[in-house]
Amino acid sequence: MAAHRCRYLACLLLLFLSVILVTMSQETTLGHEQHATAVDDPQTGAETKQTAEKPTVEEKRWEETKVKATTQASDTAVLSKTQVNEDFQEELVIRPLHSGDIYASFQFRTVWETDFMKGNKVSHYRLFPKSLGQVISKFSVRELHISFTQGYWRTMQWGQPFIPSPPGAELWVWFQDSVTDVDATWKELTNVLSGIFCASLNFIDSTNTLQPSASFKPLGIGNETDHRFLRYATLPREIVCTENLTPWKKLLPCGSKAGLAVLLKSEKLFHSSFHSQSVHIRPVCQDRQCKSSSWELRQALNVVFDLHTSGQSKREWSLFKMFSRTLTEACPLASSSKIYIDVTDNPQEEQFELSPATPLLSQAVVLGDRRTFSVYDLTQQVTFGTVRSLNLMIRWKSSEGDMLRPLLHAERYVTGYGLQTGEIHTLMYNNHPFRSFPVLLLDSVPWYLRLYIHTLKVISKGKDNNPSYIHYQPSKDRERPHLLEMLLQLPPHSVTEVTVQFERALLKWTEYTPDPNHGFYVGSSVISSLVPSTVAMETNITMEQPLFSSFFPCKEESSYFARVYTEPLLVNLPTPDFSMPYNVICLTCTVVAVGYGSLYNLLTRSFQVEEPNPGLAKRIANVIRRMRGVPPL
Amino acid sequence: MGLLSDPNRRQALINLLTRLNAPICFVCYFAGVAWFMGLAFEPFTLRTYMSENAMGSTMVEERFPAGERALATGREFAAHKKKVGGMPVDWLVKTMQARGLEVFTQSFSRTLPFPDENTERYVVKGTNVYGILRAPRAPRTEALVLSAPCTPGDNNNQAVGLLLGLAHYFRNQVYWAKDIIFLVNEHDLIGMQAWLEGYHHTNVTGMDWSPLQGRGGSIQAALSLELSSDVVTSLDIVLEGLNGQLPNLDLANLFYAFCQKIGVLCTIQGKLQRSDWDSASGYNHAVQTMMLMVMKQASGRPWGDHGLFLRYHIEAATVKGVNSFRHYKTDATTIGRLLEGMYRKLNNLLERLHQSYFFYLLPSLSHFVSIGYYMPAFGLLAVILLLRALDLWVQLSAQPSRTEDGVAGTEQSNPGVLSVLTPLVISHLTGAALYMLPVRFQEVAVEHFPVSETEAVVLTAIAVYTAGLALPHNTHRYPDAVTLHHMGWRVLKLVALLYLAVLLGCTAVINFSLGFILALTLVPAAAYVTPHVPKALSAFFLVALSPACTLLFSVFFFQELQEMPVSFQDGWLLYLSVIAQGMLDHYLYGSLVFPLVALLVYPCWLLFWNILFWK
Repeated sequence: MAAHRCRYLACLLLLFLSVILVTMSQETTLGHEQHATAVDDPQTGAETKQTAEKPTVEEKRWEETKVKATTQASDTAVLSKTQVNEDFQEELVIRPLHSGDIYASFQFRTVWETDFMKGNKVSHYRLFPKSLGQVISKFSVRELHISFTQGYWRTMQWGQPFIPSPPGAELWVWFQDSVTDVDATWKELTNVLSGIFCASLNFIDSTNTLQPSASFKPLGIGNETDHRFLRYATLPREIVCTENLTPWKKLLPCGSKAGLAVLLKSEKLFHSSFHSQSVHIRPVCQDRQCKSSSWELRQALNVVFDLHTSGQSKREWSLFKMFSRTLTEACPLASSSKIYIDVTDNPQEEQFELSPATPLLSQAVVLGDRRTFSVYDLTQQVTFGTVRSLNLMIRWKSSEGDMLRPLLHAERYVTGYGLQTGEIHTLMYNNHPFRSFPVLLLDSVPWYLRLYIHTLKVISKGKDNNPSYIHYQPSKDRERPHLLEMLLQLPPHSVTEVTVQFERALLKWTEYTPDPNHGFYVGSSVISSLVPSTVAMETNITMEQPLFSSFFPCKEESSYFARVYTEPLLVNLPTPDFSMPYNVICLTCTVVAVGYGSLYNLLTRSFQVEEPNPGLAKRIANVIRRMRGVPPL
Repeated sequence: MGLLSDPNRRQALINLLTRLNAPICFVCYFAGVAWFMGLAFEPFTLRTYMSENAMGSTMVEERFPAGERALATGREFAAHKKKVGGMPVDWLVKTMQARGLEVFTQSFSRTLPFPDENTERYVVKGTNVYGILRAPRAPRTEALVLSAPCTPGDNNNQAVGLLLGLAHYFRNQVYWAKDIIFLVNEHDLIGMQAWLEGYHHTNVTGMDWSPLQGRGGSIQAALSLELSSDVVTSLDIVLEGLNGQLPNLDLANLFYAFCQKIGVLCTIQGKLQRSDWDSASGYNHAVQTMMLMVMKQASGRPWGDHGLFLRYHIEAATVKGVNSFRHYKTDATTIGRLLEGMYRKLNNLLERLHQSYFFYLLPSLSHFVSIGYYMPAFGLLAVILLLRALDLWVQLSAQPSRTEDGVAGTEQSNPGVLSVLTPLVISHLTGAALYMLPVRFQEVAVEHFPVSETEAVVLTAIAVYTAGLALPHNTHRYPDAVTLHHMGWRVLKLVALLYLAVLLGCTAVINFSLGFILALTLVPAAAYVTPHVPKALSAFFLVALSPACTLLFSVFFFQELQEMPVSFQDGWLLYLSVIAQGMLDHYLYGSLVFPLVALLVYPCWLLFWNILFWK
């Protein structure tokens, strides 16, 4: 039975891994039309060669992802086989949201065919930032993922993000198996990263570091999954601001001088509902055969602009309105520079109007949903038109839509009142009408909330839902947090509620933060899941697609990997009144002096009956008697 | 400390205390009362000041422009309310959504233990509607609440209109750091209770509610708005919450500061502040204000929708618009600006309100009495009990010393302990009966007597209470030795005095007003009663000072303070309804006053009653 379960788990994990890779790679895939125009519009020199060759590869891949069922080994990155072993791509995806808000997602990718590990010191850097390269080689990092997020992604209104991240800072790192003292390396690494990104990552210590056993698997190539080499930490309190954005922008080859990065102006980016920036470093395959690997650096920035607070009466968006800049050129160092606008819900322009129009359309399956995008290629002068600047405009026609019902979403909250005990509730919604799917729940709770693990209950549809896998690591006071990982099956159309009670610890008085009455943060739970894709949900196939691919409704894309973060919690701990010490000192001194003193006096004094004082004559007589050697009177 | 260890001096002190016991007790009692009355005298009190740094110096601008539009929304709300004949849930959901909020509803139902005749409720079903304004770039960890009850009739429409107007205006601002929850609750306190229980996923009172879908993290502060006219003359702030809990004084300070800034008349207990504190009428005014606060706090009821928040450690207050005949009026835009200012300052909070006092009395909005100042008044009353206990202890310890025979003494004291235990147990059983029977036997009572359920409950309670007076005469029938007889009531009285001291002390720490009022009546009775006083007169005296009569006097006194004196007939009816309300408060919201009185105070008083009739 146990063996069976293990095998099942292993399969599932493998599937997770592979599906992440596929989803990630699909984001960069382009469509047929794209290919056609690229070929129609020849350019000069080596660049022509590059652009002409790339889409061929991509087209091949497009076909492949559709047909292929299981043999997706590890063909993540597709590199053009040019002489240049360094490549930079930039893209911006804009998705108009139902609520009238707008979601802009930047991704910058640098791929470098080099090896930081084999002792040869890499000293010549071109596109890849040197600071990160040195980090990789010094700390033997295999994979590094870091994200800084301000705000909470509202799944109910905005759907799934392209790259999910929890509020605050999140860092997870896979080290090479050559590292002997992982904890020391991790400590040093966090301090270095803290300097690079101007963030408080140095607050990561053993009390908030985890080693998840299943939730975070390497996203790059390599089959090492020994979680001893993995470290994961979140800082839910971290506030992200301009000082984090500037060093992040400096990692880009063009900085914020040219290309899409000119749009990244902090006064607009932080005038939004959601802001998230991240850096992902991982080894990827160099070519289809995957004989050698190269390093991929992906920088992503997600931002959601709010219609209401933008102070406009008209429901319209433009690049200028969003970023207070327009685009005039691509980054000269970029091999591709594109803007995608999600027009899936808008085939006949009944929702919004897009100008300037573009003939280029592209399709991709993103997060289990087939989306259509209008594409603007910034490497071509046509895009900028006669005014030599691109200012995309989106004018809404319809009014606001309802809330979405994403297939998977989650929420978490603390219940109860008083400062002694409480209960953490985690709710996971499966809104799929007929399919259940597995999720991996990762909960990390700081040691000062003492979890009563015997009260752990998982209930879906009023019945107990037994997790098929539980990994629980109890906390140690002041040393490490609680770690709880569970593999659960979410029944279709249900809410699964995970509850666990806790007791609030009384901290030592030096352990309180400077603002103890604000409360203490508990980081987000991480829910990693294979969600059935909406593409597979469609039974009426109206979309034009090859006949051979549409017979069986279940395809390779039948499920996709999604990671959902719940909101962090703010928990009040019993807090002493810190203005009290003076009063307490006075009071205790008085109590000690009066109470203890008198009691001590009573206890130690020897009571004896006092003789009445003898008269003077008697005393003199006694002296004389003593001298005579006779006993006194 | 020679005083304790030196037997001679100790004896001298004890002699002094026992000889002068009665005069000292009198002095203490009057000193306590005088101290309490002195609290309202302005030179003796402190001026209020803002303790919270985040709210003090930070300046905010109030720009809310749309008061008229808010009133129009209020009228629209009233029309829909009339059409639906209750809460216009669909309209509210649509309106809130149009204002860009995340809107959720919660339905709840509750069957009251017995019908509430004041509000004519028995089976309550309703729906709460709330919209969450999500703060940009905030991770849903903190929230503020603005609520307005949807009351039947023409009341409170303006409050809902202003709430929606503020929601619309707030939504377009960028500076929010905390989510703001706009809540329209049906059936005022019951709806609020359902919502708060749903939000915190607790169930203290056995109410049925549907779980909430959207939350905003831990709630930092809340205001409840009551507004029934387009213009107001003044705004009144209500602070007293469940079980006499009060919000942090900074919340009251914040309200006062903004009233001063914007130029709105503000009142507390419906009383304007007067500047002539040195005149007799000015002092009288301050005493009235403070006494009203004491009476309200002692009742343990939530005096507004905010009262239930306090259980969850959420600082909350109710702001009421008052429209009187005064000439100077304030329009809705100004009230909106005031609320905007308050919310912006609450939004600036880094920590929840904790800097200022949680235990205070307010003789006016600009002056307060902190716990350090009012506690001595209670202490002076409580020390009487201890002095009487000391006196009895000395008498008791003097008696056995005469026998000088240790073995015989212990054997004799055994029935003494038993004679104390029996009345203790019996009086507590009576108390338990008083707590349980009225609600349990309402059906039986309704069947056999021509009364309604509510009357049945109240009359059963009074019947059990009165029956308790007859019971304890029969508790000690066994033959007692003469010395033991004298010892017996002394031991019982010693126990009862200490019991009362502990009980009142604990009550006063939690709810000063309740403790003080109980001490004011129970302490003289406890100090005075012995078996050797004239029976009839003392019995009358004791009954007049019993908890039930205290409540009756309080009802008349409260009406007097509110300048709405009632005739005895009306007062009696009011008294009956107050008893019913007190029980309902316990069953609906978890107020502790009824169980405290029934299970502890009343049995304790019965012990003294028992002493009076000791044979």
